[in-house]
Formats: sequence, C-alpha cells, structure tokens
Amino acid sequence: MSALTKTRPGAAAPKSRRARKIQNSASIVPMSTFMWALAALYAFPLVWFLLSSFKPGSELFRYPLTILPENPTVAGFEQAWDRFDFLLYFSNTLIVAVSTTVLTVIASAMTGYALAKYQQYRWVKIFFICILATTMLPTEVILSPTFIVIRDLGLYNSLAGLVVPSILTATGVFMFRQYFVSIPDDIIEAARIDGAREVGIFFRIMLPMSRPIIMTLAIFSFQWRWNDYIWPLIVVGDESKFTLQIALRSIVGAENIDWPLLLAASAMSLLPLILLFVVFQRYVMNEDLNAGLKD
Amino acid sequence: MTVTTAANDERRTEPPAPRRRGAASRRVQYRAAPLILGGTSIVLFLVFFVWPGSLGLIYSFTDYTGIGDFQFVGTENYEKLFSDPTFYQALTRTLLFAALSVPLMYVVSLTIATLLVSNYTKGKTAAKIIFFFPWLISPIVAGVIWRWMFGESFGFVNYVITTLGADPLAWQTDADLALMVVVMAATWGGTAFNMLLFIAALKNVPRSYYEAAEIDGAGGWQRFRHITLPSIAPTSFMVVLLSSLGAMKEFAMVQSLNGGGPGTSNTFLIQYIYETGFERADIGYASAVSMILLVILMSIALLQLWINRRRTA
Repeated sequence: MSALTKTRPGAAAPKSRRARKIQNSASIVPMSTFMWALAALYAFPLVWFLLSSFKPGSELFRYPLTILPENPTVAGFEQAWDRFDFLLYFSNTLIVAVSTTVLTVIASAMTGYALAKYQQYRWVKIFFICILATTMLPTEVILSPTFIVIRDLGLYNSLAGLVVPSILTATGVFMFRQYFVSIPDDIIEAARIDGAREVGIFFRIMLPMSRPIIMTLAIFSFQWRWNDYIWPLIVVGDESKFTLQIALRSIVGAENIDWPLLLAASAMSLLPLILLFVVFQRYVMNEDLNAGLKD
Repeated sequence: MTVTTAANDERRTEPPAPRRRGAASRRVQYRAAPLILGGTSIVLFLVFFVWPGSLGLIYSFTDYTGIGDFQFVGTENYEKLFSDPTFYQALTRTLLFAALSVPLMYVVSLTIATLLVSNYTKGKTAAKIIFFFPWLISPIVAGVIWRWMFGESFGFVNYVITTLGADPLAWQTDADLALMVVVMAATWGGTAFNMLLFIAALKNVPRSYYEAAEIDGAGGWQRFRHITLPSIAPTSFMVVLLSSLGAMKEFAMVQSLNGGGPGTSNTFLIQYIYETGFERADIGYASAVSMILLVILMSIALLQLWINRRRTA
C-alpha cells in the first residue's frame, strides 16, 4: 500500500515527502466520506426494515416515526411462526435448495469436465454453444410452455418439480468448464497410462481438485434456489408445497397487507443466507472466481 | 473469445499416440466418456429448454388455452399483438426501465468498485460487506423492503419529506414515481455482483500505466478516462450486457414492490406474459409475446456483441 501511495502524488511536479503526505490525507477524508455516505445509503433500507420488524404493530404507523423501536417486541416473529406456517415453508425451501444444490454441483462438474476435456468431438463443442444459448432463453421468457411441460411430466405441484428443472445452469457448467480447461492434460494422460478409466479419472482425480469451484457454485446455487420465485410460481399450486418466496408474495399480494407479519416473516427468511455468508464469506466475495465468468 | 480457447485446447487434447493400436482403442473409450458425463445435462437441456422452447414457438401460432385441443390460427396472435395497446405499454415501460436502470447500475457499480480499490479510502473491508449484502436478499424481500421505505402514508421517505416541510410524494399512485422506486430498488439489488466484476477488472489494470501517466502529468480524471476505462472495457461490456438482459426480465421484485402498479402502468413484459398465460389462460397469445421478448433479448445480445467486436477490431 505504501508503495502505491508513493507513486500517486497526484500532480506532475515533484513534491517533498511532507507535501505528499498532506495531499494524501487531504484526499483520504473526502473519498472515505463519500464511500461511507454511499454505504450508509445502501445499508439504510435494510436497517430500517430490520428495526421495524421489532416494532409492535401499533408503533409501525405512529407519527412521529422513531428509528429505534420504543418497545421492542418479537410478537411479529411469534405470529409468523404460529399463524403463518413458517416452519413448513422454511423446510420446503430448504429441501429444494439443498437437493438442487447437490445435484447442480455434480451435474455441472461432470458436464463442465466433458466440455473441457473432450473437445475433439464436434458435438461437444456444439453442446457447449447450446448451454451458453440457454442464457438467452431463460425460463421467465417461456413461462407458459414450461408449465405445460411440467404438467405433462407429472411434476406439477411436487417438490421434485422445483428441483429437477433447475439443475442445469449455464453459469455452473461454464464455471467448471473454465476451471478444467486450465488443468493440464498431462495429469489425465498419466492416469490413462496407469490404466485408470475415463469416468474414474474424473471422480477420483479431477473432482477433488476442483474444490474451490464446488464451494463457490454450491453457495451460488443455494442462493439462487432459496431466493427463486419463478419456478415455484409455475410448479407449485398447493399451499402445503409453498416455498418461502411464494408465501411472502401471498402476504404482499393481499388486499390489506399485514405489515407486522410481513416484516417479521421476511426478516426470518433472510437468516439462512446470512448464516451462509458469514461462514463462507471468502468463497462468496472472491472476485477472482467470479472473474471466470468474464469470458 | 471462447472459440479461440477451444481451438487451443483441441490441439492440446489430441493424444500423442505413440502406438497405433492403443490410440485406436482409446478413441472408442473416449467416445462414451463425454456422453456418460454430460448425459444428464443433455437430457435436461432437451427437456427443459428445447421442448418448452419449441412448444412456445408452435403455440404462438395457435389458440391454445392449456386444456383440450388447439387450432392453428396462423399469425393471428402476432397481428393481434401489434395492435394491442397494453402490449405496447408493457414493452415501452420495460424498455424505459432498462434505459434508466442500466446506466445507473453501471455508474453506481463502477463508482463503488473504484472506491473499494482506491488508496484513498478507509474501512474498505467493512464497506465492501455492506455493498455486497443486498446480493443475499431475494427479489421478493427486496421489494418488501423498498415498499416499506416508500409507503405513501407510512413510509420513512415521505415522513422525512413532510418533516422537512414539503408535501408527501405519491410513490405508489404516481406511475412515474413508482417506476423511479423500481429503478432504485433494482440498482440497489444488482450492484453487488457487478461491483465484484469491476473490482476484479480494476485490480488487473497494470500499475505501470498509471505511473507513466502521472509522469506525463495526467490528472485523476484523465487517468480514469484514458487508462481505467479502456482497460476494463471487456468487463464493462459484460456488465452492460448482463444488466440489460436482466432489466428486460425484471419480474419478481416488482411483484412485491408494487405489483406492476399503480393499475397496470408499470407492468413489465414478463408480468404481461405471466398474466396472459396463467390468469387469462391465453397460452397462444402469451407464447407470441414470449417469442417477441426472445427476439428482443437476442437482438440486445447481438447488438452489443457487434459493438464490442467493432471497437476491439
């Protein structure tokens, strides 16, 4: 850092060390203030929402508004837990998110490896282009035909209908492909000479090597599925199969919104992802891995 | 870009083939391996992309309602579509939303990323977590959060406005103000990922360029304009492409933010497709809208690819 600051005096004329120092600190104050003002702007909606979820219903709409709840209460959370079937929606979402994530990671790794290491076949290259093209044809665009397909497959109103269609993602396949392309073929050749079979090479050597990608995609996939709205909207019809997002949407869509319930239930729905973020922060905010998406 | 890497890899993967027989028998083995490894994805691709995609194309020429038989009606759906004012409203509103939110998203993400790699800012790690946090929040909950902030008679923003002595603004009942809230919420939610892409790109700009520019007397803005921006051009392209595709598909957040309201004034294309397909059960008509949206998405991607090619060539 010090090396960098030294090379950035900001003006062409050479200055004394002291002058530079003064100039640096003169830039640090406005720049940092600006950054933290933006950060406050970004944090405020969430902070306001979280603090409001601890306010009793009477306090939510009482003027003058107060930032901090005067009589903090967890009544909204209790109500969400008891009356709103939170546990059911929560476990539905968890089952779907976890099983899809496991399947997505396995399928993406296998496909990514096939696309990276068997490019001598023309169909492999064509299939790669097809996978990339799916980003142009997302499910949102073809809602109704997708619904017909789900219905004809007998997946309507089942949790399997939420899992199976979301396994294949272009991003996941792409991440693994880029990673396996970067791994030298010598390793594979060596294993082949030792008599390992192709599928064995993948499962015993290549898959364990790709651990960072596995972690990153797993977190991404869990977030996608936990927060997904489109698939549950198409697939689920019965309240007992609702995921959290659909259930929350049903509160917002009501004629009279039950704000204490909505705020508490929404806040609770954030918990698993926050927990995941706290534990796996270095995988989530790793720019170098995300940069792989750039190609 | 991918084409060139593919060609390079192909050269590398070609086995040296020391013994003729070995190479021949290996080739037989290889033929099965990619099929076994990629088989699941091929099936999923066919079932959940090719099948509904083709159905959509076929239905767009029929009067299918989801049950019973359907009849081919030629291009009737498309003709009806092009004279349907609600479709035009949804289309122009979506395009307006994209035109407002994509530049805003670009500028904000790049500004934040620049601040987060700058030598002149303090507390970068904590700030980065704050800026990244909205990534964790689902579009539905993000909509709830912003609806709560911008409630007309109870929201925090209007409370501040009235406390300052002005009249409260109609964030929910005025179509244009409601769109502004959607733009802000979308930017808030979409910054995190673009910011990470920009940070990675900014860190890859060689330091020596800046040093050379400084010796030549270039100021901060000049350095940014003539070194940073050209160096991160591929990432800029990526961010603009992904954000514009995302903006055209905006749906879930608006559902909980204002449901496309007031009335139908902020109904975007996906919501329009959903409502015609599911609530009015007019699958033929909805499929026609889907095909139009598909063409729009592809044109956006091709147009941007073309601009990108021309610039780099």
